[in-house]
Amino acid sequence: MTSPGNDSGQAYWKATLGLLTVILVLWFVVSFGFGIILQPALDSIHLGGYPLGFWFAQQGSIYAFLILIFWYAARMNKIDREHDVHED
Amino acid sequence: MDLKTLTFIVVGLSFALYIGVAIWARAGSTSDFYVAGGGVHPVINGMATAADWMSAASFISMAGLIAFLGYGGSVYLMGWTGGYVLLAVLLAPYLRKFGKFTVPQFIGDRYYSNAARLVAVICLIFISFTYVAGQMRGVGIVFSRFLEVDIVTGLLVGMGLVFFYAVLGGMKGITYTQVAQYCVLIFAYMVPAIFISLNLTGNIFPQLGLGSTVATGEPFLAKLDTVVHDLGFQVYTEGNKSMIDVIAITMALMAGTAGLPHVIVRFFTVPKVKDARSSAGWALVFIAILYTTAPAVGAMARYNLHATMTPGVVSGELFSPESGLSYEARPEWMKRWEATKLIKFEDKNGDGRIQYYNDKSKDADFMAKAEAAGWKGNELTVDRDIMVLANPEIAKLPDWVIALVAAGGIAAALSTAAGLLLVISAAISHDLLKGILTPDMSEKSELLAGRLAAAVAVCVAGYLGYNPPGFVAQVVAFAFGLACASLFPTILLGIFSKKMNKEGAIAGMLTGLFFTFGYILYFKGIFITPMAENIPANWLFGISPEGIGTVGAVLNFLVATVVSKVTAPCPDHIQHLVEDIRTPRGAGAATGH
Repeated sequence: MTSPGNDSGQAYWKATLGLLTVILVLWFVVSFGFGIILQPALDSIHLGGYPLGFWFAQQGSIYAFLILIFWYAARMNKIDREHDVHED
Repeated sequence: MDLKTLTFIVVGLSFALYIGVAIWARAGSTSDFYVAGGGVHPVINGMATAADWMSAASFISMAGLIAFLGYGGSVYLMGWTGGYVLLAVLLAPYLRKFGKFTVPQFIGDRYYSNAARLVAVICLIFISFTYVAGQMRGVGIVFSRFLEVDIVTGLLVGMGLVFFYAVLGGMKGITYTQVAQYCVLIFAYMVPAIFISLNLTGNIFPQLGLGSTVATGEPFLAKLDTVVHDLGFQVYTEGNKSMIDVIAITMALMAGTAGLPHVIVRFFTVPKVKDARSSAGWALVFIAILYTTAPAVGAMARYNLHATMTPGVVSGELFSPESGLSYEARPEWMKRWEATKLIKFEDKNGDGRIQYYNDKSKDADFMAKAEAAGWKGNELTVDRDIMVLANPEIAKLPDWVIALVAAGGIAAALSTAAGLLLVISAAISHDLLKGILTPDMSEKSELLAGRLAAAVAVCVAGYLGYNPPGFVAQVVAFAFGLACASLFPTILLGIFSKKMNKEGAIAGMLTGLFFTFGYILYFKGIFITPMAENIPANWLFGISPEGIGTVGAVLNFLVATVVSKVTAPCPDHIQHLVEDIRTPRGAGAATGH
């Protein structure tokens, strides 16, 4: 078993933080970015009958959150196994 | 069969279902009582979390809020769903690995301090009671409006039911009843939404209907924008708050969601760390079904309301004398809801017709035309809750759908109330009694204490629901703001900073708590008169009391970091504990020790 604190433990934590950063950046971009800060600009583009900024704020960000969580869960399972810290 | 009898039958059947489930899943041990024995499947846990999370406010009020705020309602949609991303990646898996029963227990162990644990208990009790009072109120209101029984009877029935399954069943009983309640509430929400979307846009999915076209070929949202703009209201798809405030509120709701103890504790019930990760995703799947439908319900209900009250705005003859609906010709549902005072008409210009418009519009051209048409001010007051409660009637749906909405509203309120009561009772029996005051308590007496605490909490909640201390409506900002500013940063630092020590954590929690509490008190004046007018010009950085939790959280981080640098370092064994939390292997079942 990999005991925490040694090199492999640190590599595992580094990989975890790397993935976490990517997830949180995307989380911020779809909600605060597209849904709020860029909303006035994006609203000139239309997605069907939706102004795009409005769509991100009331629909798109929620779908993106879902994808992010399941992607995170799947990637973390892989990282767990690669670093041999997974549960049985 | 009349509507009232039908509603009694549908609500009665749903109650029988919850009681049956509760008897089947009653608790035998403290592990059953606090974390449902730790063996809940992640999908089941996700469904229970969704019911736990979606309260009377989500079910009854949110669509109405969005209907009247338009784009401004997005803060609730993003805020109350985005928090699950934070939960999944920052908190849930690590707290599951830590493997204890309660949130204060994590804080107490991680910061090797009973004082920290006590501060966490205080935060938790304040957050949870604020919330639960609102739920009991919701139960009472649904009972009195749909079943025409008085609010006390409604409350007593609701309290009795929650008492039965929360006290006997503990977390295990609550988990499986919440699954049943989720099914009832989501069915009740979706049926009217689907019908309304079909009527208005011909699309069976409300999420797509909102983005499709009306019969004339015009996009629905563009049509709605025109209608509300013509009546002098804010354009539906545009916001009217400053960007910094929208960002602060959204962030406070997200971090607040991730810091709510009754949500966090649900992730202690799954068998493994990897289940905690995926379970957050499943919870959001079940929540998203309602949360992506709500904007459609809100927008369509708003359109239907204006089209009904002011036929002229749709036909293009807004300022003609026949534009407003004749009061004599008002629909049946309006008569029924007038009795509850949720919708009120006052004929200011005495023409016998309804003029429903924004009489505070800043559009001088519009105001001049309204005056020329003989309008003497807005004549209709509409409570936002009516958007969901009366929706089936407005859309002319059969009586059984109306009965279903009543059952759904009660399910949403009861499931959240039960989850909250459990974390309150666990904080008292497990953290306060077993953890701090009488550590040598046996498991049997702890279980009894937990049940007694839950029983007392039910009574207090019932009292608060009947006799809401004037501020219940205002304290929503409190619950989220405090969770965001106190618990969330402290738990986060406990996992991601090995060096964070007890002095830093306690100082940070107290700073976040008092700053946020003080700011809300300053503008909203909960027990006292507000000390300043609650307007943007007076706000710090232009952030409203609803969003101030974000600033409180930043202060918490800063103070905790500075204090931890100048005080005794975190002991080695705690740093090892943090390293251990970070890796999934070896996560056993949750224990109380």
